[in-house]
Amino acid sequence: MDLLKVNWGRRKHSLFYYLFLASKQLFPLDLYLFSPNPFRFDQPSSSSRLFDFGRMSQAGVDVPAKGGFSFDLCKRNDMLIQKGLKAPSFLKTGTTIVGLIFKDGVILGADTRATEGPIVADKNCEKIHYMAPNIYCCGAGTAADTEAVTGIFLSNIDMVSSQLRLHRYQTGRDSRVITALTLLKKHLFSYQGHVSAALVLGGVDITGPHLHTIYPHGSTDTLPFATMGSGSLAAMSVFEAKYKEGLTRDEGIKLVAEAICSGIFNDLGSGSNVDICVITKGHKEYLRNYMEPNPRTYVSSKGYSFTKKTEVLRTKITPLMERVEITEVGEAMEE
Amino acid sequence: MMDLNLDAPHSMGTTIIGVTYNGGVVLGADSRTSTGMYVANRASDKTTQLTDNVYVCRSGSAADSQVVSDYVRYFLHQHTIQLGQPATVKVSANLIRMLAYNNKNMLQTGLIVGGWDKYEGGKIYGIPLGGTVVEQPFAIGGSGSSYLYGFFDQAWKENMTKEEAEQLVVKAVSLAIARDGASGGVVRTVIINSEGVTRNFYPGDKLQLWHEELEPQNSLLDILNAAGPEPMAI
Repeated sequence: MDLLKVNWGRRKHSLFYYLFLASKQLFPLDLYLFSPNPFRFDQPSSSSRLFDFGRMSQAGVDVPAKGGFSFDLCKRNDMLIQKGLKAPSFLKTGTTIVGLIFKDGVILGADTRATEGPIVADKNCEKIHYMAPNIYCCGAGTAADTEAVTGIFLSNIDMVSSQLRLHRYQTGRDSRVITALTLLKKHLFSYQGHVSAALVLGGVDITGPHLHTIYPHGSTDTLPFATMGSGSLAAMSVFEAKYKEGLTRDEGIKLVAEAICSGIFNDLGSGSNVDICVITKGHKEYLRNYMEPNPRTYVSSKGYSFTKKTEVLRTKITPLMERVEITEVGEAMEE
Repeated sequence: MMDLNLDAPHSMGTTIIGVTYNGGVVLGADSRTSTGMYVANRASDKTTQLTDNVYVCRSGSAADSQVVSDYVRYFLHQHTIQLGQPATVKVSANLIRMLAYNNKNMLQTGLIVGGWDKYEGGKIYGIPLGGTVVEQPFAIGGSGSSYLYGFFDQAWKENMTKEEAEQLVVKAVSLAIARDGASGGVVRTVIINSEGVTRNFYPGDKLQLWHEELEPQNSLLDILNAAGPEPMAI
């Protein structure tokens, strides 16, 4: 039994427990854990499971009803809309997002307008999200969905960027783009298109530069150049006309900027500035607001000033965080 | 203004074909993936590898077919390790059928499984919507296949050679591309036999032109600057 105990600092884990943890990260499908023989599938006890592997035989372990997305509220929403209720509008990123592979790596580009129906909610939002030091992801669609699916949500370990970081700790290696792709694809497919996030994922890993597009329903494409969002047609026309293999860094950046500008000026859902991210082997450059083709033209030189001045009667400052003193008491902790 | 419906789910309009010949199989597909009326990917690869000797052609919903083939590839990998020898085409087709049938309410994908194994040789299995599995000497699927039923009734014959079979597949896919709006792009073929797997690529502008099709133009400027048609001589 001692042979199986792996000493990880002060906490002793058995090798099986470590494999359990690792596999839980990689295969969220609990089927893998409860049925070591892949051809003996569990009896599903609840019909809300998304994927049913068949009723071939009992594995001997009664699996309780697993989570998975419940589509009941979606049906309720559809029913209400049919009855005439107007759905609240949410913040969408109208968006033009693009990516292309050049000689040394990948260049991603995005506009910076976030819309709420007909109103521009954010004139300078960030659509190029961090996934790993060598992988970035542009997001189009509902802003909340793209932020949530790519981001680091501390309360919900499910999010891809944190999953990738945990995977890096467990394997001791840099993340691969295909790993991020599979995690995103699994997540979006399990929500059957209700998470409205259309993504352009790009990065450079040990196997080379990669560029993928991911659609809200969970399908993916691997391409040398890609565009997504409402401005995708405008940007794609620029790429189809001018893209060639083996572009240099400057040519690539110029082409990406041109494609985004085409989206900015020809699509109502895109606008403001151009963000660019250049990823090469071992190095990345996030050029926030690389181009600002829509500056505010008339700005008052006097600035804003309020007519009636506010009097300050009393000033009281209360520090919210107390200073904490730590004193070492007792003996040092033993291994 | 034409409604492009860019929020539609990614679907592969598609033409997919699988044909057996004397010694193996040839799989073929077009390369168009559409979102509503917009071509999202004009050079997609619809022939996906499951094992070294079994490939599957995907049609229907892109997401559903990708997920199904990913799961089956994973199951077949484990199966191969446990079995100690390459998986057979029949097992691959059966696994796909299990997923397709048991989830028939959720999935919308038609697949053609083709491969070579040492017990049965080259085999083609068609798994259309609903999850039935049919072993056939040749199988066609996708929206473009409607235009090929008559063509195959006339053109397919037993015991073709490898070259004949591949030419048949390329001709059939290019005929379907000519008539079906949801198919287009390039033609990809996969030849699987006892020696291994060969993948071929036929660019769209190199395909044979059919009735009333025009030469592909690379630039509108060429058309504008070209000389007008000669007046008919009576």
